[in-house]
Amino acid sequence: MHDQNCCAANSSHNSSGGSTLLGYIGIDTIIEQMRKKTMKTGFDFNIMVVGHSGLGKSTLVNTLFKSHVSRKSAGWARDEKIPKTVEIKAVSHVIEEGGVKMKLTVVDTPGFGDQINNDNCWEPISKYINEQYEKFLKEEVNITRKKRIPDTRVHCCIYFISPTGHFLRQLDTEFMKRLSHSVNIIPVIAKADTMTLEERQEFKQRVRKELEVSGIEFYPQKEFDEDMEDKSDNDKIREAMPFAVVGSDKEYQVNGKRVLGRKTAWGIVEVENPNHCEFAQLRDFLIRSHLQDLKEVTHNIHYETYRAKRLNENGGLHPISSSDTQESNL
Amino acid sequence: MIERPETAVPSIAQRNLEGYVGFANLPNQVYRKSVKRGFEFTLMVVGESGLGKSTLINSLFLTDLYSKDYPGPSQRIKKTVQVEQSKVLIKEGGVQLTLTIVDTPGFGDAVDNSNCWQPVINYIDSKCEDFLNAESRVNRRSMPDNRVHCCLYFIAPSGHGLKPLDIEFMKRLHDKVNVIPLIAKADTLTPEECQLFKKQIMKEIQEHKIKIYEFPDTEDDDDNKLIRKIKEKMPLAVVGSNVVIEVNGKKVRGRQYPWGVAEVENGEHCDFTVLRNMLIRTHMQDLKDVTNNVHYENYRSKKLAAVTCNGVDTSKTKGQLTKSPLAQMEEERREHVMKMKKMEAEMEQVFEMKVKEKKQKLKDSEAELERRHEQMKRNLEAQYKELEEKRRVFEEEKANWEAQQRILEQQKLDASKTMEKNKKKGKIF
Repeated sequence: MHDQNCCAANSSHNSSGGSTLLGYIGIDTIIEQMRKKTMKTGFDFNIMVVGHSGLGKSTLVNTLFKSHVSRKSAGWARDEKIPKTVEIKAVSHVIEEGGVKMKLTVVDTPGFGDQINNDNCWEPISKYINEQYEKFLKEEVNITRKKRIPDTRVHCCIYFISPTGHFLRQLDTEFMKRLSHSVNIIPVIAKADTMTLEERQEFKQRVRKELEVSGIEFYPQKEFDEDMEDKSDNDKIREAMPFAVVGSDKEYQVNGKRVLGRKTAWGIVEVENPNHCEFAQLRDFLIRSHLQDLKEVTHNIHYETYRAKRLNENGGLHPISSSDTQESNL
Repeated sequence: MIERPETAVPSIAQRNLEGYVGFANLPNQVYRKSVKRGFEFTLMVVGESGLGKSTLINSLFLTDLYSKDYPGPSQRIKKTVQVEQSKVLIKEGGVQLTLTIVDTPGFGDAVDNSNCWQPVINYIDSKCEDFLNAESRVNRRSMPDNRVHCCLYFIAPSGHGLKPLDIEFMKRLHDKVNVIPLIAKADTLTPEECQLFKKQIMKEIQEHKIKIYEFPDTEDDDDNKLIRKIKEKMPLAVVGSNVVIEVNGKKVRGRQYPWGVAEVENGEHCDFTVLRNMLIRTHMQDLKDVTNNVHYENYRSKKLAAVTCNGVDTSKTKGQLTKSPLAQMEEERREHVMKMKKMEAEMEQVFEMKVKEKKQKLKDSEAELERRHEQMKRNLEAQYKELEEKRRVFEEEKANWEAQQRILEQQKLDASKTMEKNKKKGKIF
């Protein structure tokens, strides 16, 4: 007995590696406590959709969140004129599922890539993303901070690639190159029902090769894989990206089931059928498994990069005592 | 809408024939001659890359114009807009057709697409110019007709409406060539979306007054009905494919999806058959005629009007054609000179304005100085007056004092005089 206690005591002093517990303490209930807290406070998720008009962005967002959350459903007319410059329109909704509340903000960018001359059409978007980081930064360095800083930073940017079947357009590579370092970019192939399965595979491979060649790191970025398990999961996802998706908010009857789909004269394209398109994969990836990771990467990596840059440039913010301490922590 | 040149209404009386003469055979003779000659047709396809232009051409003419050995423009990325032409000779039923396909890779693919229509316009104009030169030559034995007879413009199936690029392009080209807008990759759209999209496009085309190719009305009522049906379907929504798939035991050309097969030649799936019939089977000759009578004549009169002063007499065209580059240079020089003059005038204006400003400033400061000068003068005068006053007072005092002194002196003198007198008189002392 005595020896056992000694051994136990010895092992508890072992600093490299955990100590074995002698009984049930209850530390694992912290997960439950966190869950309860999160459910009460709810959380924010901001998603941005970029792509030129007619690629089905609003439809896809509606389909993803199974409700009418896009800009088009919030009152704007369906066939409004193409705006002359890129505008940023953000629409927020609170959706609830299983007791968990989520404040979803969809940021739309009408006018992107629609002009004849599209030089610098990514600038308003870049500015908006940086403005959100700036807002958060200002809140953070305040002397009296709010208990929960409202998070308007863009957690994820879905970039819609036009299904030409040949190559990425110049505008696509330019945009992704410039924004892959400030926000998580998830490229998707829009309107995938344009292409047959072989065409889709070829196109995907070509797009992936081009993205590699141009050095565009889309989410999930290879450099942020933390351990082997993450790496293998993310590798599988990276192999399948960019996802070829089809969006629809209309339901049809197929084989006795009601499914979301698009009805053409030669058949019904089922949105959630993995044989037809990869929407289900995108949804699982985006919402069911990597939602929290998107937020974390945005907060820990993209936001920190922005913050370091801001605070390093000529002193940065106005002299409040808290900012001084933060600078010393850098 | 394109206006057609009206045929002269004959005011000649019609007579009945009393026997068989035989000129009803005339169409056959024309037919045989043209068959021997062969036909030419030039088709231009314009649209962003990835819209299925090459596939559609292959499907229309049932040949592999762009095959694996000769990859079409779709396989190469272009940084600037190029215009490429490929010729192919097709024979069918003894009739020979020299088909030229003009492709425009790189159109609308760059980030900045301003003026991407310029190479296309230049190409069309250069072909018209070639024909003009050939027409005006002395020896006109062989006149190859390379003018662009028809331009198929591919609209991306966004489902919303025309893009600014589409509108700009069609506006600039509707006067030079027959423009037929097509909705590409129509299997992306459901039938309802397709209808909405077509309506939206037609509305925008009318809004911007774009003159797309119009089908002519014929005398035949049945044909008219067909034509009206075609007109309702404009712009045509097409799908292209040369892959043969078996559907319900039939072999059809189509695209195989996991949810079904989109048949290319099925009228309910897309308007490909309408396009093919219209382009090849019924309206090819009309397209050529409209190109020749309307677009080419427009070009010709514009070109020759630039050369001749009154632009009326065009019979002696050879000599005047050789002048045209010179005339153009003259015009350019004149323009340049005018521009220079304008710039000069502007600069002079600016200069004068500046001079005026400066003058104004100088005047102001002068006025200031004047004012100050006046003030100072006044001050001085005031001081002078004061001093004068003081002097006067002083003089007065002096005079007074002198007067007093004189009186005193006088008194003294008087006093000394009386003393003398007294001395003399009284010898007092």
